[in-house]
Amino acid sequence: MADELINVTLHVWRQRGPNRPGGFETYHAKDITTHMSFLEMLDVVNEDLIEKGTEPIAFDYDCREGICGTCGIVVNGVAHGPQKLTTVCQLHMRQFEDGQEIWLEPWRAQGFPIVKDLIVDRSGFDRIIQAGGYISIRTGSASEANEMPIAKEVADRAMDAAACIGCGACVAACPNASASLFTAAKISHLSLMPQGQAERADRARRMVAQMDAEGFGACTNHGECEAACPKGVSLEWIARMNRELVRAMVKSETPARTRNR
Amino acid sequence: MELRSYEPTGPIEDRWEKHKEASKLVAPANRRKHNIIVVGSGLAGGAAAASLGEMGYNVKCFCYQDSPRRAHSIAAQGGINAAKNYQNDGDSVYRLFYDTVKGGDFRSRESNVYRLAELSLHIIDQAVAQGVPFAREYGGLLANRSFGGAQVSRTFYARGQTGQQLLLGAYQALSRQIEAGTVQMFPRHEMLELIVHDGRARGIVTRCLKTGKVTPHIADMVVLCTGGYSNVFYLSTNAKGCNCTATWRAHRKGAAFANPCYTQIHPTCIPQAGSYQSKLTLMSESLRNDGRVWVPRKKEDVTKRPEDIPEADRFYYLEERYPAFGNLVPRDVASRNALYVANDGLGVGPLVEGERRGVYLDFADAISRLGEQTIRERYGNLFEMYERITGDSPYQTPMRIYPATHYTMGGLWVDYNLEATIPGLFVGGEANFSDHGSNRLGASALMQGLADGYFVLPFTVGNYLGHVRTLPPLTEDHPDVQTAMQSVDTRVHKLMNAPDPKHAPEHFHRELGKIIWKECGMSRNAEGLETALEKIPKLRDQFWREVKVTGSGQDLNQTLERAGRVADFLELGELMCIDALDRKESCGGHFREEHQEKGEALRDDAHFSYVAAWEWTGNPAEPRLHKEPLTFEYVKPTKRSYK
Ligand SMILES: Cc1cc2nc3c(=O)[nH]c(=O)nc-3n(C[C@H](O)[C@H](O)[C@H](O)COP(=O)(O)OP(=O)(O)OC[C@H]3O[C@@H](n4cnc5c(N)ncnc54)[C@H](O)[C@@H]3O)c2cc1C
Ligand code: SF4
Ligand code: FES
Repeated sequence: MADELINVTLHVWRQRGPNRPGGFETYHAKDITTHMSFLEMLDVVNEDLIEKGTEPIAFDYDCREGICGTCGIVVNGVAHGPQKLTTVCQLHMRQFEDGQEIWLEPWRAQGFPIVKDLIVDRSGFDRIIQAGGYISIRTGSASEANEMPIAKEVADRAMDAAACIGCGACVAACPNASASLFTAAKISHLSLMPQGQAERADRARRMVAQMDAEGFGACTNHGECEAACPKGVSLEWIARMNRELVRAMVKSETPARTRNR
Repeated sequence: MELRSYEPTGPIEDRWEKHKEASKLVAPANRRKHNIIVVGSGLAGGAAAASLGEMGYNVKCFCYQDSPRRAHSIAAQGGINAAKNYQNDGDSVYRLFYDTVKGGDFRSRESNVYRLAELSLHIIDQAVAQGVPFAREYGGLLANRSFGGAQVSRTFYARGQTGQQLLLGAYQALSRQIEAGTVQMFPRHEMLELIVHDGRARGIVTRCLKTGKVTPHIADMVVLCTGGYSNVFYLSTNAKGCNCTATWRAHRKGAAFANPCYTQIHPTCIPQAGSYQSKLTLMSESLRNDGRVWVPRKKEDVTKRPEDIPEADRFYYLEERYPAFGNLVPRDVASRNALYVANDGLGVGPLVEGERRGVYLDFADAISRLGEQTIRERYGNLFEMYERITGDSPYQTPMRIYPATHYTMGGLWVDYNLEATIPGLFVGGEANFSDHGSNRLGASALMQGLADGYFVLPFTVGNYLGHVRTLPPLTEDHPDVQTAMQSVDTRVHKLMNAPDPKHAPEHFHRELGKIIWKECGMSRNAEGLETALEKIPKLRDQFWREVKVTGSGQDLNQTLERAGRVADFLELGELMCIDALDRKESCGGHFREEHQEKGEALRDDAHFSYVAAWEWTGNPAEPRLHKEPLTFEYVKPTKRSYK
């Protein structure tokens, strides 16, 4: 593990708040060891800014191990940066060269208003899940788990779809700022499982309607979402979501469910 | 203060049922008249809020992340235990109970542990019904693995993302209630104060992390499920935001804090690479099944490439010292031995602040025995993660690992109902002290969080409300609410206006972490703890003098958020050391060097078979100790030995 020190120049989107003007500001990160993570590099820059009395760069993070989905920065035009299948918190400085210029921007999408600097509001994702991304089962009323065998292959495929961390990179990467990959992943996870059948049609219809209502764009098959997704969530789920929708239309003689209390 | 556990008596297998039968209920039509605050949306809080909302209560749920789905439970990898005995290997509720009491080194309450083992069965049913994609066998039934040295296969898992999938199950249930209007969710809200009125917990004060707005929330009762305090060590495997603020604020308002010195250090984490390091990453313990742990025998070899060190010069210290268990000794033993070899100057890896803190975990033998393909199948993901972080490939060169703080068994003291010493304050999940004694077994924290959230709290909360029925009305202009608000405002003002601002909050946090890690980490002694108790108050004074917080309080301000959390860690850290000094025995994760027998922990049941519950007195140096004696009717205390 060769340890190297590099200097990089950062151009960072700074914006004081929603609906405020924003712009790039330049910072120099000096003597950065290549073993640092990208966010640790930002920590170092920020600590320096604080000691100098300047407000540090606001960016979201929590687990710093690629699972909570909190972090998200567009690095040199790529959501989560240059390394495939890697969230920006897992990106390390050895992916960069000495003297490199790095541009940092927030997720940009109508559905994700900017909160401050690199932080955006992703609550639209929560509302998509609230619109039916669940299986209605009352606490304590479940039957014995092994009474319903589920083929390994089905469970494995459901797990593939369920691996989504809700980070929003798919939206940031999409030219239409569509939330199709995120929404499709949840619809697919639940519609694959036998437990998810009862609400299947209604779920697909309601989640897609909510996705549209949040201002996310339409999917026109660019495939940028899949390329940016840190968890390898596959485009095939979008095709599946579309089939689920068609299926739901056929069934739409039953009135769409209103809020179920 | 009086500690009454309210644990039922009689045959242990009937206690929970008996307790439930004797409990009061709230009629469905009356439930929506009750307002309940749940702080936390992890496994415990998410499950509790969803279940209480579904029962018809009016619930407000809070978390500091931007979405409830991101609570730190999401990071759990390994799995969740349940006594289903699907593998027909002789498992049972009693055996899980027995293993947990013994694993906790006889420092937990038997009735609680038995209930936990009983409820484990329902958790799996519940999660499966929610659509959690647990691993399956080819026949379609649920798969299990054996975990953390258990003699039975009782661990359920969803790839390496068990915590994520269980949390998403709870989050989805919670989302359903948010849609139904029974739960109001407040993401990016941090609880900074507890409101106590007429001796009861009646609400909280929060700061909206987006706007800085400070707001009181009044309710009939408060449930805290705010996770553990491993971040007192600065470096830990917890998420960066994990904090003790909610529990510490409650402690300062009268909730006793139990066993703060019981912390768990996990042996297989990726070592620190530099002083800038912000967190440590856990690697699954399963790696020790095939990896061999060693360091060079000679100090002069520590900078050599491991490939260049001949077999005879390698010190397989676990295999030599513990021939029966070898590399599979329990977590605390493996961790402590890594510390000792590093202290002897045999650690490997980069020099970080003058020390090499790493040991090798070598797969070369396993690869030549089983083939690279088999190893790739077993550990492919972990090897990739390791390479992403360190730049080294474990197929080619040994991994480097080192212990890191991972879990805290201590927490707010609760009775059998999970009620703290303030009436109306309930505590679930890692935030309370119950169930794990002085050492937690692998795959049992997820189980406890969900047992508390889905099955215990919904019941005991109802019992509380059934007893109090109507509480006197409390409005925002009441002095009890106003003082709580005022104290938050004052604190924010103080943090933003230190007299001699010099350093960012992280500076003090790192310093605190170093003290606690050194003196109250894997191996403790009176002298070191006394040193820590001198240093911490000084550091705390320096913090309040020199902390530098830029920006404003009326805005999103992450520096301010961190400063507030560090301020509380600086008080909790002191209590941990006081507790560790007071407990003059070794048990579980608490190892006192003065109390050992040839390197083995020496428990002192005659004097220390109790829960240490500390009461806040206003002076952090002088908390008042209350003892809850522990008795063992079923599992007779024995000595742990792994030689
Ligand atoms: C890396 C790692 C791996 C693990 N693997 C396993 C495993 O395989 N098996 C196992 O059983 N256990 C495992 N554990 C332990 C287990 O994950 C945790 O103990 C458990 O998930 C804690 O759940 P919780 O609900 O108590 O808290 P958390 O999930 O931490 O939730 C805390 C909640 O409280 C909120 N909160 C905190 N403070 C405040 C505040 N002041 N104001 C408002 N909200 C607040 C947070 O926003 C969050 O919603 C692991 C732990 C780690 C760190
Ligand atoms: S689909 Fe991928 S990119 Fe989109 S939110 Fe999920 S994990 Fe992130
Ligand atoms: S901080 Fe959790 S995924 Fe990056």
